[in-house]
Formats: sequence, C-alpha cells, structure tokens
Amino acid sequence: MTAIPLLDVRDLTVEFSTRRGAVRAVEHIDLTVAKGETVGIVGESGSGKSVTSYAVMRILDRAGRIPEGTIRFTGIDVTAASEDDMRQLRGREMSMIFQNPRAALNPIRKVGRQIEDVLTEHVKASSHEVSEKAIEILDQVRIARPRERYHAYPFELSGGMCQRVVIALALACRPQLLIADEPTTGLDVTTQKAVMDLIVELTRERAMSTILITHDLGLAATYCDRIVVMEKGHIVESADARAVFTAPSHDYTRKLMRATPRAGASLRDLLPETAPATASVTKLSPRSESRAPLLLVQRLVKEYPRKGSTGFRGIFDKLTRGGPAPEPDMFRAVDGISFTINRGESVGLVGESGCGKSTTSTMIMRLIDKSDGMIMFDGENIGDIPARQFSRLPQRRRIQMVFQDPTDSLNPRFTAARAIADPILRLSDIKGADAVRARCEELARQVGLPLELLDRFPHQLSGGQKARVGIARAIALQPELVILDEPTAALDVSVQAVVLNLLQDLKESLGMSYLFVSHDLNVVRLLCDRVIVMKAGKIVEEGPTERVLSAPEAQYTRDLIAAIPHPTFVSQHTEPHRAATL
Amino acid sequence: MTDIVATHRPSSGIAATLRHARYVVSENRVTGFAFGLFLVIVLAALIGPYVVPYDPLASNTTAALKPPSMQHWFGTDQLGRDVFARVIVATRLDFVIAVTSVALVFLMGGLAGVAAGFFGGWTDRVVGRVADTIMAFPLFVLAMGIVAAMGNTVQNIVIATAIVNFPLYARVARAEANVRREAGFVLAARLSGNSEVRIVLAHVLPNIMPIMIVQMSLTMGYAILNAAGLSFIGLGVRPPTAEWGIMVAEGAAFMVSGEWWIAFFPGAALMLAVFCFNLLGDGLRDIVDPQRRT
Repeated sequence: MTAIPLLDVRDLTVEFSTRRGAVRAVEHIDLTVAKGETVGIVGESGSGKSVTSYAVMRILDRAGRIPEGTIRFTGIDVTAASEDDMRQLRGREMSMIFQNPRAALNPIRKVGRQIEDVLTEHVKASSHEVSEKAIEILDQVRIARPRERYHAYPFELSGGMCQRVVIALALACRPQLLIADEPTTGLDVTTQKAVMDLIVELTRERAMSTILITHDLGLAATYCDRIVVMEKGHIVESADARAVFTAPSHDYTRKLMRATPRAGASLRDLLPETAPATASVTKLSPRSESRAPLLLVQRLVKEYPRKGSTGFRGIFDKLTRGGPAPEPDMFRAVDGISFTINRGESVGLVGESGCGKSTTSTMIMRLIDKSDGMIMFDGENIGDIPARQFSRLPQRRRIQMVFQDPTDSLNPRFTAARAIADPILRLSDIKGADAVRARCEELARQVGLPLELLDRFPHQLSGGQKARVGIARAIALQPELVILDEPTAALDVSVQAVVLNLLQDLKESLGMSYLFVSHDLNVVRLLCDRVIVMKAGKIVEEGPTERVLSAPEAQYTRDLIAAIPHPTFVSQHTEPHRAATL
Repeated sequence: MTDIVATHRPSSGIAATLRHARYVVSENRVTGFAFGLFLVIVLAALIGPYVVPYDPLASNTTAALKPPSMQHWFGTDQLGRDVFARVIVATRLDFVIAVTSVALVFLMGGLAGVAAGFFGGWTDRVVGRVADTIMAFPLFVLAMGIVAAMGNTVQNIVIATAIVNFPLYARVARAEANVRREAGFVLAARLSGNSEVRIVLAHVLPNIMPIMIVQMSLTMGYAILNAAGLSFIGLGVRPPTAEWGIMVAEGAAFMVSGEWWIAFFPGAALMLAVFCFNLLGDGLRDIVDPQRRT
C-alpha cells in the first residue's frame, strides 16, 4: 500500500436533471481505494452505489453531472480530464464488469475477436500476436478449450461463461482498478462462487484494486477487505469487512444485516426489532380432513424437441433415415420425477437454472402439458386435462401462482384493484362491482397493501407493493396450492424479509400449501418444511429442510450449500448456534 | 412495513398522461408546433366550409387567373374560383379520407397483427404472407390498381389506402404482441381464468395501443399523400370537387405561363399536412415511449 490512494473520491455529489428539477443521487461522499485493496459498496436499489461507480468512470448519462467534489485516480482529476484522456483511462487503467454479461458482449462478434478489439485499441499489438494473446487471456479466466471458444459467439456460451469473457475483456489490458457492478446477479450460486473466486484470484495476483458493488452483504463480507454501506445517496458506514459484519455500528447496516437470510435465523428474526407485530389472524382448521396428499406427482416427464429436429431439415432427416425418429431428438427437461405435497405443507424446489424446476412448476400449474407421468391434485388426475382448457375449469381456482418478477406479472394498463379483481371477475361467484371492490379491499388488507394504493398503476408502486398486489391476486380465489416462483428474487433484502413473513402468515391463516421454487437455499430454509433438490431434470435429494441443509447426502446439495457466500470469520462463530436452533 | 411509503402523487392514469403530454409539448418546440398545426387542420376541416368568403365551386370567368390580392388571398383559378376557399374546403375531404382509411387499416392490420403475434403458428404464417404479398407491389401502383378496378369513388380510395398500409400495421402489431406473448401478466391472466381471446383483446391489445397510435399518426401523412396522389393522376375524387390533389393537377398546366398560385397553395397545404402528421408522430412517440426519445 502506498501513501497516496489509487482512487480518492472527496465530497462527491452527483445530480440528475429531471422534470421536477435536479435530483441528487449521491451526496457528499468520500471514498478511497488503496492499491491492491478490494472495497465493497453495499446498498439496496436506489442507494446510489452504481451512480458512484459511473461517476468514477465518468460514464454518467447526459442528464447526470457532478456539481461538487473531486475524483482523483492515480493523481489525475477525473472530473476535469478531457474526453480523450478518459478514453485512454477507461479500459487501460480502470475497467468495469457489468451486471448482465450477455448484454455487455456484442452478440454478433466472436468472443475472441472482442478481446482482440480491446487489445488493439489500447496496447497497439501486432495482429498475429494479438490472437495468441486473446487465447491466453481466455485460458486465464478458466475457459476450457480456449482455442475453440475463441471462435464462439456469446449466445453459444452459458451465463457464467459469458461473465468470464467479460472479465477477460475487463482485465485484458491489466488495469489498475476493476469496478464490478453486481457481477454475479442472475448467476447460480455455484457459478457465482466460481466467478467471484476468479475475480479475486486474478486481481490479487496482479495487485489490482477492486470495487465490488453488490446488494448482498454476505457476498461483500466474503470477498472484500473493506465495506462501504450506502443508503439513499449517503455513506452510512465504512469499515473493514469483519467490523461491518460482526459489529455494525449504523442502524441501517444492522437492519440490512438482520434482513439477510442466514443460517440460524428464523423468519421473524429478519424483521427490524421495531416492526409492529403482524395482525394476528385466526387460524383456520385445514379445509379437508382427508389425510391424502394434496398433490401427488408421479414419474413426471417433459420433453422438448431438440434444435434442428423440427422443420424441413428434421422431416428430411427422418425420411432419409426411415422409421420413427430415434430418442435423442428429444431433450428431457424434466426426467421422471415423483413427489408429494401434503395439506398445509411448504415444499421447496431447489436447483440451478436449467435444472427443470420451472418446467415442473409450470406443468403442475397446468400452463403447459406434460409429456408423460401423472399429476394428481386432491385425488383427481389434472395432468390429463389439456392446458388450453384448464383456465376455464373450476379446478383453476384451487391452484394459483405468485410470479418471480412483480413488475412483469402485472398488466401495466391495469390498476392494482383491477389486477386483483381479474381472477375474481373470471372465476369466482362474487358478482357486482361493489362486491368485487369489497373483496379487493379485504385482500389488500390481508396482504398489507394500503387501500389508497389500489387505484394506482404498477409503475406508481414500489417493488414491495407490486409483490403484495401479485400475492393478493394469487390468494383472491382462496387456492389450496400456491406455487411461489422465486417471489422475492427481484426485491431488496429488507423488502424480501417483509414479503417472506407475509407469505408465512398467509399460509397459516388461510391453510394453503406452498410449492416454493427457488435457487436460494437460505430463503428456502426459512419458509419450507421439506425441500427437493433438482439437477438436470431429476431429483437428487429430498427430505426435511433442516436435515437436507445440515446433513446433505448428495454431493450436489453439498456443493450448493458450500457455494453460499459465507465470510470465513463468522463461520466458526455461527456453527454451534445453527446446530442449536435447527 | 417500511416499503409502503407513498412516493408518488396519487393520480389517475389520464391525468398523469395529460401532464406528461403537456411536458412533452412545452419541452419540445417542434412537437408543440406540430400540435398547433394539427389543431388548425382539424379546425379547418370542422368549420372551414362555413367560414370561407367564397363558394369553392362558384366560377366567375371575369375574375379568372387573378394573382393573390387582398380580395382573393390565394388568387383565383382558370374558372375564377377562389383558391383560398377551395384549399380550406378541401381540408375536410382529405382529412376524412385519411382518418377513415387509417381507422380501417388499424382495425384490419392491428387485429390481424396482434393475433399473428400472440397465437403464432398458422395465423402468423397467413398474416405474414398476406403482408408480404402486398409489400411485393409498388404501393402506389397497387393503390392505383385497386381504385381503377373497383371504381373511382371516395370509398374505394379509403379502401385502397387502407390495404396498402396493411403490412405496416400488421408488422408493428405482430412484433409488439409477440414480445408480450410470454409476459408474466399474460400467464397471470391465464391463471385468472381468462380465455385466450379475452387475453388478446383485454390484456395484450391495450398494451400495444400507444405504439399503434404513433403508427397511425405517422401513416396519416402517407394516407393524405396517397389520396391526393390518386386524385392527381385522375383516379380519385373527380373535378370540380375541391381536393388538393386535383387542384395541384389542374394548376400544374398554368405553372409555365406564370400562374403559380393555383398549384402552389394546395401543394403547400398538402405539404404542411403531411409534415404536421409526421412531426406529430414523433411527438406522440416521445409521449408513449420516453426511451426512444431522440
């Protein structure tokens, strides 16, 4: 470490001119990054963490400006530098990794070529050296068979692979500072671990400094030396990672810490201490006394035709081969899985992207047809009813769903009340505008949505409010089974804590069963009685949540648990605690 | 429950849209100008025939071919008819042709496109091939052919103009419906017990309306031009009806002998109208889709 920090931000304010005047996204913040240091900027959406990094790179959009403060990078004043100088700095001296790796790559250019572009722009290498160098860089970011992958297009690579290419691009010119803006959001936990380990290893070995921007305090604590916590454009806490994680000094940090699902915490622990006790709701007795499982899935299979096996080519191939198409034409997304859900039970369905968990839930939801197997709901084989007809049958009322993205799942042209009323109008016996409105208000009260928000459109609601509207719509028909498809994946941790508690309360008061689809084991731990772990269309492990998470039998489950970011300095501390609570 | 903090002014959708429209119009002078021009055109179409100083059809051979003056602002034509009165009165006819043809093509192309984009499969193939077939012709020649075959009436001009615009609407509607086909709110609507037809009409269509309205404004200019063009070559409205295309055609013969005003003023009106609708389309696009703002 040198006396002069690599990056020195003093009293920085960033404002955006909008219609309602200038809005300050970041106000009077100080931030230093020493050479070789990894600094985490943690905060929820709207805290100004990304804007800060954009200001450092000076890539704010046209509406943004820096009215106050200085940014010094290796002694150069970034706020005053010319655009030409900045172009030299970006890429060569500091570079950035963005959230969505696929969007950051040019979709119609081979990945090797894209790395060459950066090299020739900044290093002025000759053309035959440069392709060898690109291959070498691909090798450094652990891309297997780099010589082949050099010729791959981004769409041919997985999300984790694309992020490795982006890292390769960012590190190609050996910059001194790397800014990683939510580099692993949208990636699976095991991929997240691989990508983060790679970033840390590469930057350490090159003595680079890193700024890691994330909403995940656990991730920041695991990989950073120092953590800066931001809230609403201000830095509320800045200390070394251990201090922030073990003894947070600011209320906001404590709140964030509390809200983060973790080993040994119960659902109620996530809420702030001052939170009002949730309205006590009278518990209903289970609706039916029957002991039979509510949902019974047996040997469920979903097959999709492989690419190229349909259309003229496929037909031509079939004709020339003669006879029926051989098996490999089909891809099994779900490969003969069986499980049950009992009344009043929450079952977690866990796995990484592409494991078939969403396909399974959509089949049970009767939005798509199965290829084979049986779906028994309350003793009735609903798997045989075509998905096209299911939406108008009475059974539709009994199975509902809460979607992953609260914004996407609400019609932008419908008010909250209209969205909640939609299933009531179509499928319930409640008739008449007043009765429907009364039911909407009752539901809004149940999910804790203020009644005055009912006449707003989705874009006028916050993420948490939209999630409540989605939940109100799902429970409007008093379903017996609700499928929760990562209902909190798009929410900030503090909102997630509130929504998870709401879901738990509703389940108890309305006597519903949940199938909770998620990739986040920590969240599943909080809400589910039983957990099913899926991999490549098959169930690899199944059992009570505590047992599976504390003593996993399958290697895959162990890998998943190991990949959850876990700061080394707290693991020993919490182990006995966890054992005691589980 | 910290997430329930009212950050927006409570407002209904219409009030918010109006506020946004006012902002766009005042922020962008060009759009403001286009809206002003649009109001003038609508006004001329509505009350023009009642306020013009002369009967647009009354000929007065003693006052033929007079240049613009205080008495005849735009001069008079070869039959002594007042060009100003004829230009104003023609607004209604041209405007009505444009509006009805755009409304017709919106119904045909919009619905066919939404169905194609949402249902895919055979619907998509049929609509797509029909649009391709129409696109394969030079559009103005196709419109000429339709009017020539079906007869020289205002109704047939409207139909011909609608048919040549069909592919534009079908393609825009198809693309917009296609991206919403797998949207969460469509799945949610299905779970709520909506039939597929209801999902298309009540959920998907309202969401693509703003884009369709922009499209309507942009093709409105083309529709006017098309109608005037047909009249210009003698396939549309017949003389002596006041119509910009005919007036330009009639005035063109007098350009060489120096009587420029007969063709100039209807031509200028035509140009302003087309210009206005194109600018308006850009402005409307800013209102409905701030991300595409240029």
